[in-house]
Parts: sequence; C-alpha cells; structure tokens
Amino acid sequence: MNQQLPNSFRAGPDEEGRFGIFGGRFVAETLMPLILDLQEHWNTARSDPAFKAELDGLNKHYTGRPSPLYFAERLTEELGGAKIYFKRDELNHTGSHKINNCLGQILLARKMGKTRIIAETGAGQHGVATATVCARFGLPCVVYMGATDVERQAPNVFRMKLLGAEVRPVTAGHGTLKDAMNEALRDWVTNVDSTYYLIGTAAGPHPYPELVREFQSVIGKEAREQMLEAEGRLPDMLVAAVGGGSNAIGLFHPFLDDKDVAIVGVEAGGKGLDGEEHCASLTAGSPGVLHGNRTYLLQDGDGQIKEGHSISAGLDYPGIGPEHSWLKDSGRVEYVPIMDTEALAAFQMLTRTEGIIPALEPAHALAEVIKRAPKMGRDQIIVMNLCGRGDKDVHTVAKHLGMEL
Amino acid sequence: MTTRIEARFARLKEEARPALVTFVMAGDPDHETALKIVQALPGAGADLIELGMPFSDPMADGPAIQKAGLRALKAGESLKKTLSLVRAFREGDGETPIILMGYFNPIYIYGVDAFVADALAAGVDGLIVVDLPPEMDDELCLPALDAGLNFIRLATPTTDDKRLPAVLKNTSGFVYYVSITGITGAAAPDAGKVASAVKRIKRHTDLPVCVGFGVRSAEQAAEIGRGADGVVVGSALVSAIEASLQPGGTPAVEAVTDIVARLAEGVRTSRLAKA
Repeated sequence: MNQQLPNSFRAGPDEEGRFGIFGGRFVAETLMPLILDLQEHWNTARSDPAFKAELDGLNKHYTGRPSPLYFAERLTEELGGAKIYFKRDELNHTGSHKINNCLGQILLARKMGKTRIIAETGAGQHGVATATVCARFGLPCVVYMGATDVERQAPNVFRMKLLGAEVRPVTAGHGTLKDAMNEALRDWVTNVDSTYYLIGTAAGPHPYPELVREFQSVIGKEAREQMLEAEGRLPDMLVAAVGGGSNAIGLFHPFLDDKDVAIVGVEAGGKGLDGEEHCASLTAGSPGVLHGNRTYLLQDGDGQIKEGHSISAGLDYPGIGPEHSWLKDSGRVEYVPIMDTEALAAFQMLTRTEGIIPALEPAHALAEVIKRAPKMGRDQIIVMNLCGRGDKDVHTVAKHLGMEL
Repeated sequence: MTTRIEARFARLKEEARPALVTFVMAGDPDHETALKIVQALPGAGADLIELGMPFSDPMADGPAIQKAGLRALKAGESLKKTLSLVRAFREGDGETPIILMGYFNPIYIYGVDAFVADALAAGVDGLIVVDLPPEMDDELCLPALDAGLNFIRLATPTTDDKRLPAVLKNTSGFVYYVSITGITGAAAPDAGKVASAVKRIKRHTDLPVCVGFGVRSAEQAAEIGRGADGVVVGSALVSAIEASLQPGGTPAVEAVTDIVARLAEGVRTSRLAKA
C-alpha cells in the first residue's frame, strides 16, 4: 500500500481507536455508552500503579509468569540453521496465553462494578481461561460456543462446567466462533447494565484491541529481556500464529520499532487458499466491517461474511485484529498461510524432537519456522511464541492420523 | 426540500395519529414475493416502510429477523437486488417513504458513494445502519445527508441526557427509539417507561420519535402510539412470513397484510383512547 511510513509502529491506535483505516467503534448505540465507560476505566487503570501491581502479582503467582524462553537445541540441530527459541506461554496456568488477557480484563470488570461475565470461545481455550478467572473472583460466567465446536472440543466444555461456567451452545448461523461472537454481543446488548463482555482476542470495538494487546504484551516484554540476557542481542526473527491475533500482537508489539527484527505472522491456510476452506483473512481476504471494527475479512462480493476452516478451532475465525491489518498494509509484518497438513507434521516433529506437545495453533507457527530456519545462518536467531499446549488437540490429531483413542 | 419522510409525518400530524412503520426483509422469502409484500404494505395500512438489507451476521437481531436474513441470502438476495426492489416499488408508489435498514459491511463493500447515489436514484428516502454510532458519522451518515437522504438514528434506554445531543446531532427524518436494551423481537416493552423515554427525547428534538423492538399486537401499537409519533413492527411480520412457508400456511402476502391491517387499526384508535 502506498503510504508514508510512520515514525513509530507502536503509537496506535488514535483516540478514535483507529490503526490507519482499521479499527474503530462499529457498534450498536445501546453499547456505545458502555464502550465509552470501558475506555474511561481503561485509561485510568493503565496508568494506575495499584492496578499494575495487582495484575503483576496475579501474573506471577497465579499464572506462573514469567514464562521461560527456551532454546530448542535438538530442533535447531535437526533443522540445521537458525537457533530456535520458544517463548513458552503453553506452561501458563490453563495452558495458553489466554489467561494473560483474562486476568487483566476481569480486574477492569471489577473496577467497573460489573457482576456478570460473558465470553465467546472457539477451541475453548479462552472459555476455559475466562471460566478460571471467574471462579477465582467469584463472578458468574456464561460462555458462548458454536454448537459445532461444543462437539469437537468436549474436554474443554467439561472443564468450563467444572469451573462453574454455563456453556451455551450457539446454533444460530453456522454454529462456529463468529456465530458465538454474534450471540455474545446479543447477550451483552440485552444485559448491558450488569454484564462485562470479556473478549478473547485483540479485536472488536475500541478499546478492546488496545487493551488486549497491552495485557498480552507481557509476552514480548519478557521475551525481549530474556533474549538480551541469553544472547546479549535481539533476535533476527519473530514468528507467531494469528487467529484473531492476540498472542502474536503480544509478542510482536514490544519489537515493532526494532527494524532489524523481521516479524512473521502465520495464518491458517486450512486445506489451501484456492478453495473456501481456510482462514487466511490477511492473505486472501479484503477490508470490511464486522464485530465492531474494520479489518481484513473473508467475505463475498456482496459483503457477506464467509465461514472459515482450519484444523485448529482456535484459528477458525474469518477476521483478524485490526492492528494486524494495519501492520500488514504498512509492510512491517509479513503474513503467510500454513496448511492443515503442514501444521500436523510440525505438531509431530516438536513432540518427537523436544518432548513438547504444542497446540495446533502454535503448530502453524512452527511449520513456518521449519521452513525458514534451514535457510538462515547458524548465527541467526528465531523466537517463536509457543502460545498453547496440545492436550486439547490430541483427539483431533489422532483422528487425522487415523488412530482410534 | 421536503423529503417523503417529512411530508408523511406532516400529514399524519394533521390526521392526529401515529405512524405505522413496518419492517420486512428484502428478498424474504424470495425476491419476487418480497416485492409483492412491499407493494401490498401501503394498501394494508403501513405509513412508512423499513426494508431490511440482509447480512450474514446480524448482531442486533433476534431469531425471527436472523432467520429472515438467512432465508433472503439463501434465495440469492444482494444489496444490488434490494435497490432494484425499491426501484420496482417506486414505479407504483411515489409517496410512501422507504427506509433501508441493516448493517454497514454490505454498504462498505458496495462503495459508500456508489451506494448513496444508487439508493437515491432508486427512490430510497432514509437509512438506518445499526452498527454506525455517531462516533462513526464520517463513514456514511455525512455523505448520505449531503446527498439528501435522511439518516435515522437509534436512541436506546442507555442513551442518557448527556449523550442524546450527540446522537441527535446528525439525525434526520425521525428518531428511532429502541424500547428495550436487547435485540429485535425480544421482551415486550413497558409502555409507561417508553412514554417517559419518548418525552425525554422530545425535550431534545423536534423530530418525530418512533418506537420499536418488541411491539407485536394492535393493542401494544395503540398503547405505544399514544405518546409516540410512530410504532415500528418487524419481528411479528417476518415471523408470519416464516409461518407462511409451512405446509398449509397462509400465503406470505396475505399473512403479512392481515397483521398490518390489524396494527393499522391499532394506531388509528390510539389517540382516541387517550381521552
């Protein structure tokens, strides 16, 4: 895109919640006063030392932060190129990076005096993390989940129920993540007085993309420090999977102005970009307006949103956070698709070489690392966000490998 | 220039009765039947017509209107076809105001300038776009107003006195008061609360105030119409279209006009009951 490069890639969003042409506040009037109220509380909280101290304490003692930055020695050897480091957010309490955001947002919800929490979930990781913080703070929790996903993610549904959450299967539309998000928005608009909508990714109306990014940036801030400690310099490349894009923006954001650090986001290429069965909204989509923001979407020529497909339920969303759309158009971040089959192969390779079972989402990022590392020098360094563990995916993987459990 | 919407409300003021505003979805259950339904609405007693532009992800709508949108999309409706429906309607009716209602994305993809021009040429009078609050006025509201379309804004129970002026600033034609915090077709509104909310809005504007969301019966329409300048009915009509598709169901046009006739009776007795 032909535009002037900004002085900093870390300055956005502006007051209207825009990253270039992306972002904004495309919501129904009923929600606007609440969005503005949220923004006010967020503006106060972000500069409040007490808020920061409380969140830091929870991150440390409840989640187990900082997560390690781990040198994957055997994988590096096997690929024979760049040194590969993993930021191990899969070791967090609840098994993924989602908890970073949930803790931050539930503290905000409490400050706003909200007494009921709702969330949407695809794979169930965000649903589990939300149900977890609701249990921790004693707030009732309703999780909307596409009926299709309820079926294919049964263990996470059970975990949410154990944690005291009510899981509402969504049959409207096609019963997937975007329909769950629609239904959560309908609940919110109906119960706007009591309810806080705890959005799981760096998308939605302003200020959600900004505040989710800030809560997830703990990943990149730690990684930066840990890398300087381990190697005395910054990495040459960052790689992370993007569904809505919260783990990726969390890793990327603190490095955006380090121009020598190449940054790669990995989308779900599904069964290939030629057909309809993928979720590569940045590579194969176009800008549009959905769920409160303007961003790249999978849509038809009439502006109707398409269903995505990915082997990973966590990447199965036809949109993307608005900041990623801006980072793509500004050229700062390169976005590439990885196919289901490549992710499956990467999943198995990591399990075999490092004894780590990754979630299918970071397995997409890993597949890109596997492609790139051999082409890089042995003195170069890649940091990949290992944002979730694969326990939830063993059934899916077994099915694809033709094994009965 | 007086718009069709302004002219219609001026006439209703002379008749001393509230407007019956009817919502149906363009292309539901299919394009041809939808055109027949819209053509039959004024004769059945509708004063203004809201025509839904179907969208795959109608975040503010309840099950009835969600299903109507899906039926329309499945039958091949598009924004282009919706504009041609308005054009066809205008050939036989030059007076009844038509307001397109929906979500922004299909308009954004159509292209805002092209859409505004084509909508005007087709005979559209106003727009209601659910996901464009005043904060987003540059997107469509201002270009539409410049071109001479009315931009009708939703005010809700959460729109307090502090926020009302911002909401009303670029609103024209009428104000659509959403009687509940919720989605279309949900709980029935409390008539007393609605009346005081309408009074509150009227303190801030001279525009007519129409009330919608959850109005289904002639009695409700009459009651709400006592304090409001118009009553909007949507889910009840699209539910009738859904029922018409069942084996043995009343044909869609008749099913809709039956209800509209009853509601029209309701708004005509509304102010009589006042005394």
